[in-house]
Amino acid sequence: MQKPILTVSEVNRYIKGILDTNVILSSVIMRGEISNYKNHYSGHMYFTLKDDTSSIKSVMFKSACVNLKFEPRDGMKVIVQGRVSVFERDGNYQMYIDDMQPDGIGSLHLAFEQLKARLELEGLFDSTRKIKIPSVPNAIGIVTSPTGAAVKDMLNVLSRRFYNIKVVVFPVQVQGEGSSQQIASAIDTFNKLKNVDVIIVGRGGGSIEELWAFNEEIVARSISRSKIPIISAVGHETDYTISDFVADLRAPTPSAAAELAVLNKSDIQAMLDNLFFRLKMAVQAEIEQKKSKLERQLLSSSFKYPLDSIYKYRLELDLFNKGILKDIGHQIDNKCQLFKQLVAKLNALSPLNILQRGYCISKDGYRIIKSVSQVNIGDKVQLQYFDGYADCTIVNIDKGELS
Amino acid sequence: MTINVTFEEAMSELEEIVLKLENGNLSLDESIELFQRGIELSKICSKKLDDAERKITILTQNKDGSFDETPFLDEGE
Repeated sequence: MQKPILTVSEVNRYIKGILDTNVILSSVIMRGEISNYKNHYSGHMYFTLKDDTSSIKSVMFKSACVNLKFEPRDGMKVIVQGRVSVFERDGNYQMYIDDMQPDGIGSLHLAFEQLKARLELEGLFDSTRKIKIPSVPNAIGIVTSPTGAAVKDMLNVLSRRFYNIKVVVFPVQVQGEGSSQQIASAIDTFNKLKNVDVIIVGRGGGSIEELWAFNEEIVARSISRSKIPIISAVGHETDYTISDFVADLRAPTPSAAAELAVLNKSDIQAMLDNLFFRLKMAVQAEIEQKKSKLERQLLSSSFKYPLDSIYKYRLELDLFNKGILKDIGHQIDNKCQLFKQLVAKLNALSPLNILQRGYCISKDGYRIIKSVSQVNIGDKVQLQYFDGYADCTIVNIDKGELS
Repeated sequence: MTINVTFEEAMSELEEIVLKLENGNLSLDESIELFQRGIELSKICSKKLDDAERKITILTQNKDGSFDETPFLDEGE
């Protein structure tokens, strides 16, 4: 019998039939490396999966991509689940992928790493962005499950350290559907109400899936936005979530968070008492010092005997005066002496003195006769004595000097 | 919450004042003035420590979207 002549479409359809009904190919799990990755605007992903020697075209439709927690990239090693079938029109067989996981590291871990890297690049983890936690807050907000051990532990610790501190609990789901939205919304609400000045966000321990809400971008963003400082307390010491990196402070456990949120009241009281004591001591010391300074001044001689300096000056003045007087006295004496001497001299030279000794002045009218040759016999001469005068007539002349 | 100065700020200012007074070199007037401010701050801090009313509340949202604080009752209580 002659072989039937088939059309291209018939051949392609036939091949598709074989592949679709094949036990292995209709549901296969395959491992490979992504290359030629294209994310079509339609939302479908087209790429090639390859290993060392071969490759196969692959497609993952938008409906399956929605559940992907990470973003596939060229070079990424993945494990995919799906079926091998034929694209009839082009006569190509390809891998139709329903699910994809990173090979070697869980998809959650990968998503974590990717988000962490992205947010870190944006600067959300920068220490400069972190707000200081107040040491004595007016009120503490807690975003956590209202049931569960975590909230009880936190309330216990807070009561122990500071029994009368105000606490506001914002109840949320800490895992499962919608939990990340609730957590983010709680933080935003506290920021809007402004009724607390520090927020603890956290939950008790669990698996990476259970803690996953605290790794979600929406939570990270609301923590970053928050103007109220946030302490993150998720799981155990070894659990690190994105929230821990973005928060202003990380606590290894919820109880530790409560301890970080407020200082121990008795410690603070002690600090305050100490400062108050030092305050009083300092002022007291100051006053004592000024007081003794004042007393010293009062005791000083210039205070007790304020007139002393006046007396001193008075004394000096007196001495000075005495000195002057003495000087003048001497001068006056000297002058007196001189005067006396002059008077004596004057006396000695005085004609009255001479007259008293027996000499007299002979005058002819106003002319004083000094020589016998000036007179003649019969002249009228006046003789001046110290106590009067006498009129005389010359009766005899005898020339001859007194020897 | 209408508290003008935080506990931190008050404590920190008080510490500054104490250091200034301990260092001396102030006039008597200044010392007295600082001392009075110190006493005031001390009172403010003490008040904050003692005043806080012990209240643990839980936030609940009303139908209209507003929030209320109601006392938080522990499961075990």
